[in-house]
Amino acid sequence: MSSNASVEPRRTALDALHRSLGATMTDFAGWDMPLRYGSERDEHLAVRTRAGLFDLSHMGEITVSGPQAAALLDFALVGNIGGVKTGRARYTMICRADGGILDDLIVYRLADTEYMVVANASNAQVVLDALTERAAGFDAEVRDDRDAYALLAVQGPESPGILKSLTDADLDGLKYYAGLPGTVAGVPALIARTGYTGEDGFELFVAPADAEKLWQALTDAGAAAGLAPCGLSCRDTLRLEAGMPLYGHELSTSLTPFDAGLGRVVKFEKEGDFVGREALSAAAARAESQPPRVLVGLIAEGRRVPRAGYPVVAGGKVIGEVTSGAPSPTLARPIAMAYVDAEHAAPGTTGVGVDIRGSHEPYEVVALPFYKRRK
Amino acid sequence: MSNPQELRYSKEHEWLSGAEDGVSTVGITEHAANALGDVVYVQLPEVGAAVTAGETCGELESTKSVSDLYSPVTGEITEINQDVVDDPALVNTAPFEGGWLFKVRVTDEPKDLLSAAEYAEFSGS
Repeated sequence: MSSNASVEPRRTALDALHRSLGATMTDFAGWDMPLRYGSERDEHLAVRTRAGLFDLSHMGEITVSGPQAAALLDFALVGNIGGVKTGRARYTMICRADGGILDDLIVYRLADTEYMVVANASNAQVVLDALTERAAGFDAEVRDDRDAYALLAVQGPESPGILKSLTDADLDGLKYYAGLPGTVAGVPALIARTGYTGEDGFELFVAPADAEKLWQALTDAGAAAGLAPCGLSCRDTLRLEAGMPLYGHELSTSLTPFDAGLGRVVKFEKEGDFVGREALSAAAARAESQPPRVLVGLIAEGRRVPRAGYPVVAGGKVIGEVTSGAPSPTLARPIAMAYVDAEHAAPGTTGVGVDIRGSHEPYEVVALPFYKRRK
Repeated sequence: MSNPQELRYSKEHEWLSGAEDGVSTVGITEHAANALGDVVYVQLPEVGAAVTAGETCGELESTKSVSDLYSPVTGEITEINQDVVDDPALVNTAPFEGGWLFKVRVTDEPKDLLSAAEYAEFSGS
């Protein structure tokens, strides 16, 4: 049981629907969420080959608005948020003054003076508190909108066709990492072309009261194309194959973006100070002179699955640590992401293994991602 | 889900068949298989190995977790199911049939194994 088992879990607007579908539920960051409806492998393959429908209402939406909304976010986050065009989204991070990663975020610019920041469920309160604190002195409002939105995602190669049958919105004009307000199945929605699966897909932010209607409409529209309801279990294996980091696994407060191989999200060239600038400059210089551990992919030669926290070994020495591991339905082999010492990080490096509960199993070092969709 | 009447069950969610010539078949229940999710790796004891009731004798790995496999009885392994080693999904698709795990010559059986009805109540399945 989780440590907060005594606290009543939060339920999404789709809770009754998940139960009627026979979902196995799990506690995730204080929310009761669907882990899987049937076979997580089948759900994974549905997203890779057809389409999957997810309830992601546990994600933390925070609205930042006002004349200085852009200036506030440029100060509070490491990215160049003022440079994001209206209708576009940006992957970015929020760091502490010491450069440690508080969370990775997607920020949508909804209007000239309005943004929506989407935080991980487990960090939503931390991000909200940090943004609220950092807003001091700015003419901008930070609003907790977690209860204002349900979030549904349709992901997979069939998702554009399924969505097109339900909306007049210009989906062909909607680039990856763009978002526009529209109507889907008669429901007002923010339609974003974003996702966490490595496939083309859409995330739909709607009022909780409309969530069931939209889920049902998508289910009906997707039936012929083989759309399947999908839980968090396959979401994790999909993002792992796509080489996407998960906070608490590949990202943490003890790492800067440069330690995580994501230094590119830090925009030193933007004007003015931002939280963590000094520490991150030093981290960037450090990464140049003494390369930190590198996030790599590992593919098993055998069938045992590496798990987060397992040591990565070479020549009998520990050279790194697994951050995420799972059986890959697409590769039909166990895969993992791991931070390893730079001298063992080149793809094809031999002699690398994972200590799996006492036995050293051989692994192939590969570049991330494991899986890339054909455009 | 239904737990076959003719089997006996352990509180670690293994099932045990009646003995034929002193040899019983062991697997995990449908309830346990559903709780694990898709099984991707099965490690079984070796033929000839001695197993002890209530002690671990292998492991089952699924997408999300690793679980110990316990022997419901004390005895000697006479056969393992190579099909399930090659295709661990059998544990999910046919836990009481093609997904059986091993056969054991029973020398001692605990007194507290459950009937199908008792196991259904115990596991809520």
